[in-house]
Amino acid sequence: MQTTDKNLSRRNFIRLSGMTGAALTIGYAIPALANEAAEILTAQKATEEGIELTAWVSIDKTGKVTILNHRSEMGQGSFQTVPQMVAEELEVSLDNVSIAFAQGHPSKFGSQVTGGSSTVRGSYKALLQTGATAREMLIRAAAKKWDVNHNDCYAENGFVIHKSSGKKLGYGELVEEAAKITPPKDVKLKRREEYKIIGKSLPRQDNPGKVNGSAEFGLDVKIPGMLYAVIERNPRFKGKVIKFDDSATMKVPGVKKVVKTTAPVFAFEREGVAVIADSLWAAIEGRKVLKVEWDDARYANLNTEQLYARMKEDLKKHSLSQRTGGNANGVFERAEKNKIEAIYETPYEAHACMEPLTCTAHVQGDKVEVWGPIQGPDWIQRDISGRLKLDPENVKVNMTFLGGGFGRKAFMDYTYEPVLLSKEMNAPVQVVWTREDDMTQGPFRPGAVYECKGSLSDGGRIDSYIAKMAAQNMNHQWSPNPDKTAFNDSTIEGFPETYFETIPNYSFGDVPTESHIPVMWWRSVYSSTNAFAYESFMDELAIKAGKDPLEFRMNHFSNERYRWLAEKLRDVSGWGKKGKNEGYGVAITECFKSIVGEVVKVSKAVDGKLKIDKVWAVMDCGWYVNPDIIRAQVEGSIVMAYGAAAVHEIHFQDGKAVETNFHQYKMPRINEIPEIEVYIMENDEKPGGVGEPGLPPFAPALCNAIFDLTGKRIRKLPFNLNEV
Amino acid sequence: MVIRNLIAYLSNHLLMASYNLSINGKTYKVEADPKMPLLWVIRELAGLHGTKYGCGMAQCGACTVHLNGNPVRSCTLPVSTAAKQTITTIEGLSPDNTHAVQKAWLTEQVPQCGYCQSGQIMAAAALLKRNPNPTDQDIDAAMAGNICRCGTYPRIRKAIKTAAQIMAKASN
Repeated sequence: MQTTDKNLSRRNFIRLSGMTGAALTIGYAIPALANEAAEILTAQKATEEGIELTAWVSIDKTGKVTILNHRSEMGQGSFQTVPQMVAEELEVSLDNVSIAFAQGHPSKFGSQVTGGSSTVRGSYKALLQTGATAREMLIRAAAKKWDVNHNDCYAENGFVIHKSSGKKLGYGELVEEAAKITPPKDVKLKRREEYKIIGKSLPRQDNPGKVNGSAEFGLDVKIPGMLYAVIERNPRFKGKVIKFDDSATMKVPGVKKVVKTTAPVFAFEREGVAVIADSLWAAIEGRKVLKVEWDDARYANLNTEQLYARMKEDLKKHSLSQRTGGNANGVFERAEKNKIEAIYETPYEAHACMEPLTCTAHVQGDKVEVWGPIQGPDWIQRDISGRLKLDPENVKVNMTFLGGGFGRKAFMDYTYEPVLLSKEMNAPVQVVWTREDDMTQGPFRPGAVYECKGSLSDGGRIDSYIAKMAAQNMNHQWSPNPDKTAFNDSTIEGFPETYFETIPNYSFGDVPTESHIPVMWWRSVYSSTNAFAYESFMDELAIKAGKDPLEFRMNHFSNERYRWLAEKLRDVSGWGKKGKNEGYGVAITECFKSIVGEVVKVSKAVDGKLKIDKVWAVMDCGWYVNPDIIRAQVEGSIVMAYGAAAVHEIHFQDGKAVETNFHQYKMPRINEIPEIEVYIMENDEKPGGVGEPGLPPFAPALCNAIFDLTGKRIRKLPFNLNEV
Repeated sequence: MVIRNLIAYLSNHLLMASYNLSINGKTYKVEADPKMPLLWVIRELAGLHGTKYGCGMAQCGACTVHLNGNPVRSCTLPVSTAAKQTITTIEGLSPDNTHAVQKAWLTEQVPQCGYCQSGQIMAAAALLKRNPNPTDQDIDAAMAGNICRCGTYPRIRKAIKTAAQIMAKASN
């Protein structure tokens, strides 16, 4: 499998293939209603009927297969898993498959935003169906040629074979005939035991290019005649440009223009001054001597301590309730003993993708082309066409590989900047963010403070559970006048669904905290912070009940799926076999329809220093495609969770982010990372997310392990391991 | 005062000079400001994009290249100091993924997003060159300067050991 050198325009793609009859191109049309099954059509038919077809797969006369990946590749493995699913049902080896990134186009591809760990779980049915339908059409084409019953033929490794005679035809020889066949409905999908590709740890096809430097990331895009821009943006996020002095900047050789610019950040326009030059170095040097005066004094009076004081004050207010059962507050208040409460704090965080933000655009008349590391190409197309009042067809969005995403690259600010500047300069423009720009501008993961309360029955089961979050509500930023009486719909994220069935009285809600700091989703979103509070508190309740923390959780599982996961976790981790100077902690969370349990083992060395010895993770993501990619995602999630638990935090002072680069925003390093063992549950449940759900349980499992070892309960992240 | 500062600044920063750089066995003739970091020369003037920008202050290692065989952070190394020395970038390690470290990286399926991996691989290759059989502590010491946000560290550790084995086999 290879990458095609450039993104195929889908329209050209069909013209080249299905339209000329030189290939079989089929895909599905996005149904009008979300719950309708996708209709599978040939390119020919779709063109005749004017239906927007999602061209998933095309086979040409030489038998070469091209599959479009509609999702972005930021490390999570869609580049491998999407073709792996299609190729399975199509009965082709991945060696004969090339893959192209689809361009952003919502009416054709449906949601392309790579977020919510949704690539496999959101599109697996349509992908399998598309591959299987193409296979059946090829089988029928062969049967027709041989004048035999298609039920007597089967497909294997790019050939159709007639069972009794052993006659054989390659897909390439069949595409012309197959393209004329109406795609059959209700094609039978393979049973799991028939899979040859799905469920196997096939090596990632994007990796060869990632070990020799040839993979193209956003910063590697070079367009002839391209100019470079760096932008001085307001360090207090919302201030306006009063004036700027570019006299020194303009003297830097290579600098072409200095211009005030803007970009959308949720409901506000972020202002900045762009230095545009014929080389990146000139732009960077020019910016160093640029002077900008901001109207931002009213944002100056804000720091981290104030923010958390505000959140704690907010916790005293009545919460906006998201989900309740029974009468949690009444039961808790009436309980006379066996009740506890605790406050947990989690920090603001930067995404800190290794590739800082960048995007390239070329505006030519009423046509726009954009290249970049983009998580949400369909959003970008809609945003740019909407702002410039263009037909979406005239906005081409090309995805490069993403040097990390974690939520930050599913946004429209950094993609709009080069569009405006290209228009201004009448040339292609690449906007490059320095690490400092990337780290200090946010939007950040919001800091949060949680209040948890709970009471136990005499039998040691949870009788009431109350969780209240005070944090900025990400949703409130999308409107200048948001409905502040609407609850945050994410306070239950991370909390295993099964507990709602076994805890008789519960209440989850929030109080939105006001701040001008832009905040947004960060890997696993609210689960990344909720889980620390909820699973630490679960541990506190277990201790209060005098029960083993894992057994205590298992006592509250209503079905076997959770129980099997917990048993697996117990068995692989050697839970309960604690040695001297060792501590074990567990946490089990549910995020994007996957359940993950993690056990962390810590120990105290002779010098008294705390060490994380090992992490065991058990992932239940239901039906899955590539186990090695799942293990890699869980390993990476644990490392990232460790960073937010014990290494880094974004602080604010005078209304600005304090940490500007990795010398202040420290990152986990190889020497800090313990051994990690990942196990995957085998079942036929619907597929759940993979890229994010491994993150939430780590921080609480670590802190629960530290409690087990030291008796010290950590309720505020990040903490310093060396100071425990 | 402003003008004097400006003149001082310009004379320090923007006097272009001509350099013959030896990168991956090839000579590149470039015109550059002597203060320009080698990273930008490699990427923008030599057109080799495998070396990455991550921080610009030698904190993350994404820009690691070899200078006379030793790993250096090209983002803080002025081009003037790199002239007349032998520079090797990821593209020069082997274009066809036949270097033991590249092989091992593929065997252990190290990369996720892949952005930091050029730097990781260059750091690992330099380590194995001077220490063909590194311990965990050796690996920690040599690799702690390279950040991976995807968290591929457990696989990097494994891959370095695999690469050591590949190299040992090849030399037997």
